[in-house]
Amino acid sequence: MDESRRRFLKSLGSVAMGAGCGLPLLDSARWLARPAAVPAAPTQWAMVIDLAKCSREDVQRACTEACRREHNVPSIPDPAEHIDWIWSEHYEHVFPDEVHAHMAEDVRQIPVLVLCNHCTDPPCVKVCPTQATWKRESDGIVMMDMHRCIGCRYCMAACPYGSRSFNWRDPRPYVERDAQGKPASDYPTRTAGVVEKCTFCAERIRTGRQPACVEAANQLPGGEGALTFGDVTDPDSDVSRLLRDENTICRKIGLGTGPNVYYIVPPSLAAIAHGGEA
Amino acid sequence: MRDRTGIVLGLGAVLAVAAFPLWNALGSKAERARPNLERAVEGPECVEDTLYMTAHHQDLLNEWRTAVVRTGERYYTSSSGKRYEMSLTGTCMKCHVNSGAFCERCHEYADVTLTCWRCHVAPEGS
Repeated sequence: MDESRRRFLKSLGSVAMGAGCGLPLLDSARWLARPAAVPAAPTQWAMVIDLAKCSREDVQRACTEACRREHNVPSIPDPAEHIDWIWSEHYEHVFPDEVHAHMAEDVRQIPVLVLCNHCTDPPCVKVCPTQATWKRESDGIVMMDMHRCIGCRYCMAACPYGSRSFNWRDPRPYVERDAQGKPASDYPTRTAGVVEKCTFCAERIRTGRQPACVEAANQLPGGEGALTFGDVTDPDSDVSRLLRDENTICRKIGLGTGPNVYYIVPPSLAAIAHGGEA
Repeated sequence: MRDRTGIVLGLGAVLAVAAFPLWNALGSKAERARPNLERAVEGPECVEDTLYMTAHHQDLLNEWRTAVVRTGERYYTSSSGKRYEMSLTGTCMKCHVNSGAFCERCHEYADVTLTCWRCHVAPEGS
């Protein structure tokens, strides 16, 4: 083998190797060339939560219990296996970016209702390997298809709000039942090994009703307007009006997930902490 | 050529073993009694005809599930042109009120595991 032939083969090998290493870049180029923004949904359901009204214990209980009954959400005593679609969390944990070292302890501990934010750009959807969770194009709800969920829990790791719960065991024995031993509602219970979360009551919205928590809050004397539900893309909806007129914030807005659950913040948080209501 | 007898006998034995499911079904147990299914309580007809439903109810239910959960449709138009709400518990089980004497009895006969009622709330009497 003469020298030039040897050199030729070496350079051929280098070229092949270089091209091989460059192939993944082609995919990155495609990724860079993707449409810049997700096209806006024709409808985007959203919720506005009034921090002051929702700090009342009876309002919180009415909302969370209505949700439990509506969706046969199990009440498992072990906190490590809790399953919640809507629940109460301390202010400092809901809005960690709003809390500083000198904030009063009772303000930090204002109870705040939390649920799935039905994000505009949901990280849980990006990681789901089976598309068991996806953002519904028609109305922006981040849905769950329990039939497809394989229980990998990537979505739970991806969700920055902790909105998802995993069924570590068969939930049926922990579902509230009526006197005849039937579950509180016809809604399918889940099974061991799937992840579940709030669906904005997709089954109720389908028939033109409000989510169960919103209905429960509005039926409670003094709870009217504690939760408001509507289409944020419709400028005439109640949620759009509140977002225009009130001082509202979202959870962890800096992450860029685009939450669709908003919180009305009263002028004085201390007033809620001290007086129960602002 | 003197191996012919052995080969034929061997092939026969292999075929006989391979055909075990056939002669087993035909032979010892004869025809097993078909399951005695409870009739639907109301309505003269099902969503589709009985033959189709027997063979393809699982496909239809899967289609309904995808339509309702993923695309948000609610109604199914049958081949006879009638409109039905796509709902296992709201449509199917309104007529087949007893899943135990209908779904489960047949699934047991066919030896197919029925998983629907692990999550969906079964109607009364099952």
